[in-house]
Amino acid sequence: MALRRYALDVAVLVRKDALLELRARETVPAMLLFVLGALVVFQFAIPGDLTDEMQRLVSFGLLWVGIIFTAILGLTRAFAAEREQRLIDALVLAPCDRSAIWLAKTLAVMAFLLLAELIALPAFALFFQAIDGRTVVAVLLANIGIAAVGTVLSAVSAASRTRELLLPLLLIPLVIPVVVGGVGASVADEPIRFFGFLVLYDAVFAIISWSAFEYVVTE
Amino acid sequence: MIEAVQLGRTFGERDVLRGLDLDIPRGAFLLVTGGNGSGKSTLLSLLAGLLAPTTGRLTVGAKRGEIGYVGHEPLVYEELTALENLELFGSLYRVADRRERPRMLLERYDLWEARNERVAAYSRGMKQRLALCRALLHEPELVLLDEPYAGLDAVGAELLDDELTRLCGARTLVVSSHLPERIEHLATLRLAL
Repeated sequence: MALRRYALDVAVLVRKDALLELRARETVPAMLLFVLGALVVFQFAIPGDLTDEMQRLVSFGLLWVGIIFTAILGLTRAFAAEREQRLIDALVLAPCDRSAIWLAKTLAVMAFLLLAELIALPAFALFFQAIDGRTVVAVLLANIGIAAVGTVLSAVSAASRTRELLLPLLLIPLVIPVVVGGVGASVADEPIRFFGFLVLYDAVFAIISWSAFEYVVTE
Repeated sequence: MIEAVQLGRTFGERDVLRGLDLDIPRGAFLLVTGGNGSGKSTLLSLLAGLLAPTTGRLTVGAKRGEIGYVGHEPLVYEELTALENLELFGSLYRVADRRERPRMLLERYDLWEARNERVAAYSRGMKQRLALCRALLHEPELVLLDEPYAGLDAVGAELLDDELTRLCGARTLVVSSHLPERIEHLATLRLAL
């Protein structure tokens, strides 16, 4: 019963975030434009005289840089409505488990990031390299970790006037393992250990973020 | 319902509240008055649990979900309609009758006709009425209203008068106001900050 109630709270909050984005269209279009723009710029940044293997390695590295910075762009706006209209007060006063607010926001961030990647990955294949299933799996696994830890840090930084500076400052060091795991899974001969690494990262950071959110949104 | 002993709250170097003692029984109506910056909003935030006291002890006999709070912001999503906002908060605040209760409140506060308009298109007064609907949606035991008359026109203010009269005695109320004469006759306790 409690689990059903929890799931219902999460569903209601995810629906709210989806409705807000559908109406305001402030986050996903910005993420799409950013990731496409980044890939176009990266296309001109890779020297033409690299070997095929070097080009492959560099281009996958750039793909992951693009994904991380696109995620940061989305995360900067994740709590925009709650911050600008102080709605976090109304949410924390509700009798629902506060981790439901985190889980709903994480799912919304993951969905927005996935939408950006639905455009970014074919564009990457067009500009740079063909993409196989392991890159897709790595991206999906990475999304979980980025959204989980990013949502907590977005809530932390939302209270600060320097949030646009604070969020990347806090998030980038924590998602470097995602870049390592993601690039490794994309280019290594045996990607399975990198998948394992990403799954472990997701599990550890999801549990930490889930349990820490209560303390982030209360004094 | 509320007991505070030597309650204090500091922001940086500034003491906003200091050494405040309160004993508010269930069903009382506390009217809080005071000038700008006297700590009225801080007191209500402390009672709501949105802020933690810096010094002293505070006991509030209402759990989360039993408190209805109206602050300086209406605490409603601007991109959602009034009805969507009340459905959202109705679900989160465990409102049993999530169809009839929002309808009844929106009709009472004369917002039913505008229920499907986005809140961003509302006037300041309409947003304040919706904020009252949101705060009262779950029939809270403790009602905390910070300057509830702000932005309300004459009709809205009369609707709020009626609401406060209805709630008086049945719920515990803490109301801060720049217009104390309007509700002074309802108050059972007064606090000047």
